[in-house]
Amino acid sequence: MPDGQTHSTTGIPMPAPDPGILARRQRIVDGLSALLPGEQVIASEDERRAYETDAFTAYRQLPLAVVLPQTTEEVAAVLKFLNAERVPVIPRGAGTSLSGGALPQADAVVVGLAKMNRVLALDFKDRTARVQAGITNLGISGAVAHEGFFYAPDPSSQLACTIAGNIAMNSGGAHCLKYGVTTNNILGVRLVTLEGDILDIGGDALDAPGLDLLGIVIGSEGQFGIVTEAVVRILRAAEGARPMLVGFAAPEDAGRCVAEIIGSGIIPVAIEYMDHLAIEITEGFAHAGYPLDAAAMLIIEVEGSEEEIDRLLERISAIARQCGARTLKVSTSEAESAAIWKGRKSAFGATGRIADYICMDGTIPTGKLPMVLTRMGEIVRGYGLRVANVFHAGDGNLHPLVLYNVNDAGEREKAEACGFDILRLCVEAGGCLTGEHGVGIEKRDLMREQFDETELAQQIRLKLAFDPHWLLNPAKVFPLDLRPAGDLPAAA
Amino acid sequence: MSGPIQAPADEAELAHVVAEAFAARTPLDIRGGGSKRDVGRPVHGAAVGTGGLSGITLYEPAELVIGARAGTPLAELTAALDANGQMLPFEPADWRGLLGSGEARPTVGGTVAANLSGPRRLMAGACRDALIGVRFVNGRGETIRNGGRVMKNVTGYDLVKLMAGSWGTLGIVTEAIFKLLPRPETSASLVWSGLTDEDAVALMSAAAGSPYEISAAAHWPAGDGMPARTVLRLENFAPSVAYRAERLARELKRHGAPDRLDEAASSALWRDIRDAAPLRDAAGAVWRVSVAPSRAPAVALALRQAGGAARLFDWGGGLVWAAAPETAEAAAAIRRAAAAQGGHATLVRGSEALRLAVPPFTPPAGPLAALTARIRAAFDPAGILNPGKMGE
Ligand SMILES: Cc1cc2nc3c(=O)[nH]c(=O)nc-3n(C[C@H](O)[C@H](O)[C@H](O)COP(=O)(O)OP(=O)(O)OC[C@H]3O[C@@H](n4cnc5c(N)ncnc54)[C@H](O)[C@@H]3O)c2cc1C
Ligand SMILES: Cc1cc2nc3c(=O)[nH]c(=O)nc-3n(C[C@H](O)[C@H](O)[C@H](O)COP(=O)(O)OP(=O)(O)OC[C@H]3O[C@@H](n4cnc5c(N)ncnc54)[C@H](O)[C@@H]3O)c2cc1C
Repeated sequence: MPDGQTHSTTGIPMPAPDPGILARRQRIVDGLSALLPGEQVIASEDERRAYETDAFTAYRQLPLAVVLPQTTEEVAAVLKFLNAERVPVIPRGAGTSLSGGALPQADAVVVGLAKMNRVLALDFKDRTARVQAGITNLGISGAVAHEGFFYAPDPSSQLACTIAGNIAMNSGGAHCLKYGVTTNNILGVRLVTLEGDILDIGGDALDAPGLDLLGIVIGSEGQFGIVTEAVVRILRAAEGARPMLVGFAAPEDAGRCVAEIIGSGIIPVAIEYMDHLAIEITEGFAHAGYPLDAAAMLIIEVEGSEEEIDRLLERISAIARQCGARTLKVSTSEAESAAIWKGRKSAFGATGRIADYICMDGTIPTGKLPMVLTRMGEIVRGYGLRVANVFHAGDGNLHPLVLYNVNDAGEREKAEACGFDILRLCVEAGGCLTGEHGVGIEKRDLMREQFDETELAQQIRLKLAFDPHWLLNPAKVFPLDLRPAGDLPAAA
Repeated sequence: MSGPIQAPADEAELAHVVAEAFAARTPLDIRGGGSKRDVGRPVHGAAVGTGGLSGITLYEPAELVIGARAGTPLAELTAALDANGQMLPFEPADWRGLLGSGEARPTVGGTVAANLSGPRRLMAGACRDALIGVRFVNGRGETIRNGGRVMKNVTGYDLVKLMAGSWGTLGIVTEAIFKLLPRPETSASLVWSGLTDEDAVALMSAAAGSPYEISAAAHWPAGDGMPARTVLRLENFAPSVAYRAERLARELKRHGAPDRLDEAASSALWRDIRDAAPLRDAAGAVWRVSVAPSRAPAVALALRQAGGAARLFDWGGGLVWAAAPETAEAAAAIRRAAAAQGGHATLVRGSEALRLAVPPFTPPAGPLAALTARIRAAFDPAGILNPGKMGE
């Protein structure tokens, strides 16, 4: 183990905490308490416990302290103070990150946005909503549903995850095939820098002047500043939407079917793929009527008027039959539609009931699907494990769930190694390490699989333009040995 | 801006040219089709053309992706897509008529550098939204890849977006990869005549907020003896277009009964809107003002008070094309009018004197300016890439 690092229980190295900061803990807490009302500063061990991990539970660490600001000005004051004290900062939304994006460090202060969860303005004419950063993804849709509008990107965690977390991770969901991901649906953010500057980037117009700073803030994993507000695009919902299920005897048939649908000029709102094991696990839990005899299944949803939906689903059915579909089931009621989606959306939860698993998140060119599925099967069998595949088939975002037994210490390690091999395979196939969960700490050390040193250095210089002292979410995204040491000059 | 144009034959040679320029601190004037030297501030430097970097590198119709080297004529891309019934979602404009650079061949690199997006932007997003991967050479002469050929990618920072609209000031794009859409089976337009700006914007907002998925909405205010026209476009399978046109006309009937244009007439009209045809013969400077759509009428009013005129509203009102006198005073008034409505204005066509007197692009202010400078330095520490182009 290199000097100055500690290991989690799973072998993920973390930078050793700065003893100087630990020694100043009381002073730092006092400083924060001078800036925020007492109940917004969390210092006791008991209360800090809630922040020691996120949905990437492999690693736990109590933070130095937690603050829960309620205004942009409070965030600015806190960051200015922590910057002056050279204390690392961990921005946090709802803590649903699956890549450890919100994991703390012993010498870091967590800045949680959960209290800033209001809708500030709705504009149905311009189709925008101005919201605070801590509002949940579903909360935005909820606030505009009465006018028939919604916020499009729909991560499965949408009930809990915050818009700021979505912005940091550029989150996506099942319906992103048609509507794009977070970056395609945000018009502006209010960003607080470490110096305590409050920047309005973008706004309510479609174009902002200057460089596309919004484009890089989105997906920056909390490393450029803290987002306190966002202007999001809201869309009018289609007249109706309906899914259908198609079961296939072979994964290749399903893959071909996806290509044929798109080739015919139809872009469904969602095309989700599940393999046999995923179908079996999910059906046992949700009883959605999934075809248990299928090697692979697609859920295809289209939108429009009743007539338009009928017509599109007929066309898709014809294509699916040509591709050798075995089962075709078009939803005929709201209840059936809900059941179909319930199955898909509970795939992770259902899997968790039968086994422990790690959820990988790579993307591949969809044309490589058959090759990747075959190779993945070999990799997983090579480790003596099983894998269930849930997959956004329209856009190539794979979610292999590698099953293992948590009580078997060796298996956990094997599962992790296996997951990494799968991600390497994705990169090899022309895809990437993560399609929506982010790099966080989980995939940090795989970054060299996708980027060379020059490319990583370019990204690091960009971070330094925002964060010259490397304080914002410092142990994430980049391999630890690439972190600049000591006090750094600005980017030039 | 004289001297021969260097034309590297490939990316490696281009990187070498830039590395040498970096070592010698030589400013570079990046030329795609070479048609837009008159946009932004004039660049004084050694001319480097991307013409040697040509060709489609990847086209997978079933995956909805296409990639091409920067110097590839946009027309080559469009032809390949046409043959497969596909298109670039953002409907790139052709402003050669507008800017009088008829002989130039717009390139893929120039399209990315300008983040150029046409009317379908309203529904399908901008060039930057369709751009999923880039290769570029930074100001140190290093080759950088970012993004890729897959729709979803959150591995590291999204430099792809940053490159779009950076006008060559952060890197020289050597290859770009776009996501595509199937070309719709058919299209049609509904046209209302004689609406005021306010009515027109209200109509366009109502249409864009309906479930009928209009793919574009524009308004030509009255002028040149023509009444005002307000146009909505529908693109889809034929029965859907028919159904949606009927529903829209019914829902919007308080604005009057629209005429319906079939595919041929509709396409011709939208080509004109896309290419800003109403501005072609306008005297003076040409500006683009970006605002929230509901503010467009107020901007148009302020423009008139500043001695200019709004000639075309695109993007449902979110983009106002204006003509104005070629004076610094008019420019300042337009900037103020835009800012007062929360928007900003870009000088698209103007004399060199005007472009030197007023910044063509709205300059960032305060801490944003400092941050922009640091970002620029992170990519181009010696400031050799199109220096001054964006006004920095
Ligand atoms: C069951 C489950 C299903 C999921 N499904 C999906 C899915 O379908 N699609 C998908 O994309 N993701 C999914 N995720 C992952 C996760 O929900 C997303 O990454 C989400 O965007 C995280 O939001 P959060 O508010 O929980 O952020 P957190 O986990 O708190 O933080 C995530 C990142 O955002 C940063 N951050 C948080 N707030 C701010 C701020 N105000 N300013 C700057 N940075 C900030 C953090 O530092 C961290 O890097 C799923 C997670 C779970 C547990
Ligand atoms: C304000 C504005 C003005 C326009 N003016 C014109 C015009 O005069 N003629 C026209 O045909 N279209 C124009 N367009 C439309 C559109 O940009 C072009 O159709 C086409 O995309 C330009 O390609 P080009 O190769 O001719 O660009 P060029 O004029 O060669 O270059 C455009 C800009 O991009 C930079 N650039 C070019 N290639 C690269 C690269 N590979 N990497 C980095 N930077 C690069 C150039 O330095 C320049 O700043 C304009 C668009 C806008 C927004």
